[in-house]
Amino acid sequence: MVRIGAFLIGLFFSGWLLVSFLMGAVAYVSEPPVPTAEKEFHLHPKHVSYSFDGPLGHYDKAQLQRGFQVFSEVCSACHSLKFVSFRDLADLGYNEAEIKAIAKNWKIKTPDIDPKTGEMATREPVPSDKFPKPFANNVAAAAANNNAIPPDLSLMTKARHSGTAYVYSLLTGYQQQPAELLQKFPDVKTPAGLHYNPYFANLNLAMAPPLTAEGQVTYGEGQPKPTVDQMAKDVAAFLTWTAEPKMESRKSAGLAVLLFLLVATTLAYMSYRNIWAETKH
Amino acid sequence: MATLENTADQAISADGGGVRRRDFINIAAVSFAGVGGVVAVLPLVNQMNPSADVLAMASTEVDLSGIKPGQAIKTTYRSQPLFVRHLTPEEIAKADAADVASLRDPQTLDQRTIAGKKEWLVTMGVCTHLGCVPLGAGEGENKGEFGGYFCPCHGSHYDTAGRIRKGPAPKNLEVPPVTFTSDTAILVG
Amino acid sequence: MSFPWANHYTPKAPLMQWIDERLPLPRLVYNAVGAGYPVPRNLNYFWNFGVLSGLALMIQIVTGIVMAMHYGANELVAFGTVEHVMRDVNGGWLMRYAHANGASFFFIVVYLHIFRGLYYSSYKAPREMVWLLGLIIFLLMMATAFMGYVLPWGQMSYWGAKVITGLFGAIPVVGEPIQTWLLGGFAPGNAALNRFFSLHYLLPFVIAGVIILHIWALHIPGSSNPTGVEVKGPQDTVPFHPYYTAKDGFGAGIFFILFAIAVYFGPNFLGHPDNYIEANPLSTPAHIVPEWYFWPFYAILRAFTFDFFFIPAKLLGVLAMFASILLLFFLPWLDTSPVRSGNYRPLFRKFFWILVLDVLVLGYCGGAPAEEPFVMISQVAAAYYFAHFLIILPLIAAFEKPLPLPGSITEAVLAKHGEAAE
Repeated sequence: MVRIGAFLIGLFFSGWLLVSFLMGAVAYVSEPPVPTAEKEFHLHPKHVSYSFDGPLGHYDKAQLQRGFQVFSEVCSACHSLKFVSFRDLADLGYNEAEIKAIAKNWKIKTPDIDPKTGEMATREPVPSDKFPKPFANNVAAAAANNNAIPPDLSLMTKARHSGTAYVYSLLTGYQQQPAELLQKFPDVKTPAGLHYNPYFANLNLAMAPPLTAEGQVTYGEGQPKPTVDQMAKDVAAFLTWTAEPKMESRKSAGLAVLLFLLVATTLAYMSYRNIWAETKH
Repeated sequence: MATLENTADQAISADGGGVRRRDFINIAAVSFAGVGGVVAVLPLVNQMNPSADVLAMASTEVDLSGIKPGQAIKTTYRSQPLFVRHLTPEEIAKADAADVASLRDPQTLDQRTIAGKKEWLVTMGVCTHLGCVPLGAGEGENKGEFGGYFCPCHGSHYDTAGRIRKGPAPKNLEVPPVTFTSDTAILVG
Repeated sequence: MSFPWANHYTPKAPLMQWIDERLPLPRLVYNAVGAGYPVPRNLNYFWNFGVLSGLALMIQIVTGIVMAMHYGANELVAFGTVEHVMRDVNGGWLMRYAHANGASFFFIVVYLHIFRGLYYSSYKAPREMVWLLGLIIFLLMMATAFMGYVLPWGQMSYWGAKVITGLFGAIPVVGEPIQTWLLGGFAPGNAALNRFFSLHYLLPFVIAGVIILHIWALHIPGSSNPTGVEVKGPQDTVPFHPYYTAKDGFGAGIFFILFAIAVYFGPNFLGHPDNYIEANPLSTPAHIVPEWYFWPFYAILRAFTFDFFFIPAKLLGVLAMFASILLLFFLPWLDTSPVRSGNYRPLFRKFFWILVLDVLVLGYCGGAPAEEPFVMISQVAAAYYFAHFLIILPLIAAFEKPLPLPGSITEAVLAKHGEAAE
């Protein structure tokens, strides 16, 4: 009985799947899927190499500081960094006094209540505060940015495939919409207020090119020239750190753990062989 | 049939040089596993220690400008009540007048305040008996028999220097580390 | 049951003797996973995955309990508390990456354990109950993993919860009320998050309980082995300890090495980037996929694209997805071949490897976007999946001519070493 029932159920599912396959195949041949601009013109992130690549990689603190400079002078006007605290900047090599000064002079103030009146007010951030958000809420953010909400950047490089390279590619990838694209897909002209960028999933991005000119940010003495490419690379490195601040301790702990496990496993193997030495199996 | 004999017991316990070396390998393998297990437990224990954000909140800044002599404010330091009291000259005199040697926890007011800022008494608002919050910092609260603080839980009386004078508490109210950042502001912690 | 030649527990230390007389727990452990359990001497490395599954469950329970000390099951703070664990809690990043990757490794070892059972027909009499309990563990694991994935309250968490509970919405008449009941609302929200957290904490202990039953049921007939020939005498077995504890110790070492590589050097490789975006009920990710271990089933769900007369395609997909797991409960009665091991079943063996390939293809299609050619490939692969279990296996059992079996485990072992049994 079980096998007869199973046979019938199997016949039903398998049969209908094969029928669906045939109908789908006919449809696929008679009406092939329409190509879309996103499919044909979207590009994977460019290849870019960093000091923190690979199992032994470390952050380059000077680069993170430059990236932080780009973030604070350019990105922070619209983008929040809500999971990162000022105190975390110690990882970048700033000392306590410097962090205090950075927090105190931060352009955006931390919302708080007035200790005397209880009214909503703002105060200067302190190191234990998270980076304050540029907009009070999503509605304010959308209203100020042509209905597009600038996403939080704390986790951006983990929230996209090949995130570091993605941020770098996006920042350096703005261009004119290719003529070839308009020829093939005349309907998908980049709408007014959006900007063409082949590294963005649907090709048209609300954010205007943020890094436009060499020297937009002034780097300190002895640092590389602040070209657009360099600034993009540095801020992508900074955002890799904000997303994965514990990367260095993770990798160094990993090496120690692996070393230990290799020795322990070798011993376990020898012990296993030793116990079974007299027993054929 | 010799190949079929179950020889585990021999391999493990019989004597002879080769067998002792084998014993050593088994012991080494088990020891390594044991060490690994213990080391793996450490982060599981350590995660219960205060996290970085809790430690970052470990200092408090207090603005003294609004506190008139005779007044006190309650604020928090490390999530516990902190009393900041502006002593009047009479209160200072009263504290200095006490016979230090006879106190349960002998300390002078000078030892409990910053040199030159003797009028600012900064103490934890935590009774040293069982951790209740003493009264006396708020306007109109019972200040106890010695004009300082009074803990209603079990009746400990503290004087105007926050020293224990009567009741079950064993020690004076704790004085946290205080530094003056300006004439009218202090950093606690 | 135990074999008459099994070692008997005779505690030497007075303390153990004292305990054993009052609470025979040392005896129970000795007979379950100690020297008192005789095991076939010829088990290969595929028999390591049972113990490794138990190890993976322990890792999940320990890291999970630790993280629950820092997590807040509230839609306003859940995502933030996970970041708090990652950034501020001492060693929190290690706990979370170990837990997230631990789920994947749990499924890896359990899938290998299940396919071991399929190849060597470990589900056959007298071990049907072991197989059935194992499947219950598998179902509980899937429920636990799904609810755990919702807890970080990222985009994939939210939309996963919405889509999976939406499956119940496909059931006629009662479907929508059931979906609303599961979520405690009309969309995933605080109510759903809290109940998922509660159950996610509970179910692993239920799994541990069913594992005890699974091992209990296994100890009645004793472990199967690669020849599929039952144990005939003491020469066929070795005591579990020290023989298999040593072998499992080595297996655990290899497991930990691979696990450490994932946790320390590629912790997000098996995860999806979209789950690092906080849940947003107003915007669906471009490409929703569950975690990789659900991909084969997800492919079956999506393979149904045409209504079957009055049955809508959506309902068919849901039915087929549940059927693809439930049919495994009937496996002991579908495969009636008296021979267990695939080593002695030439035809069965070929179809077994086709099934492995088929499930891998289904998995790949389940993770790919729902567009051609992946839909068509998954339709063929899903058709084979059902045909394999429901049609092909019973037919093979009826028509296959198995190879001659060895007389005993010992005979097989000696033949392998080029000796003849006396």
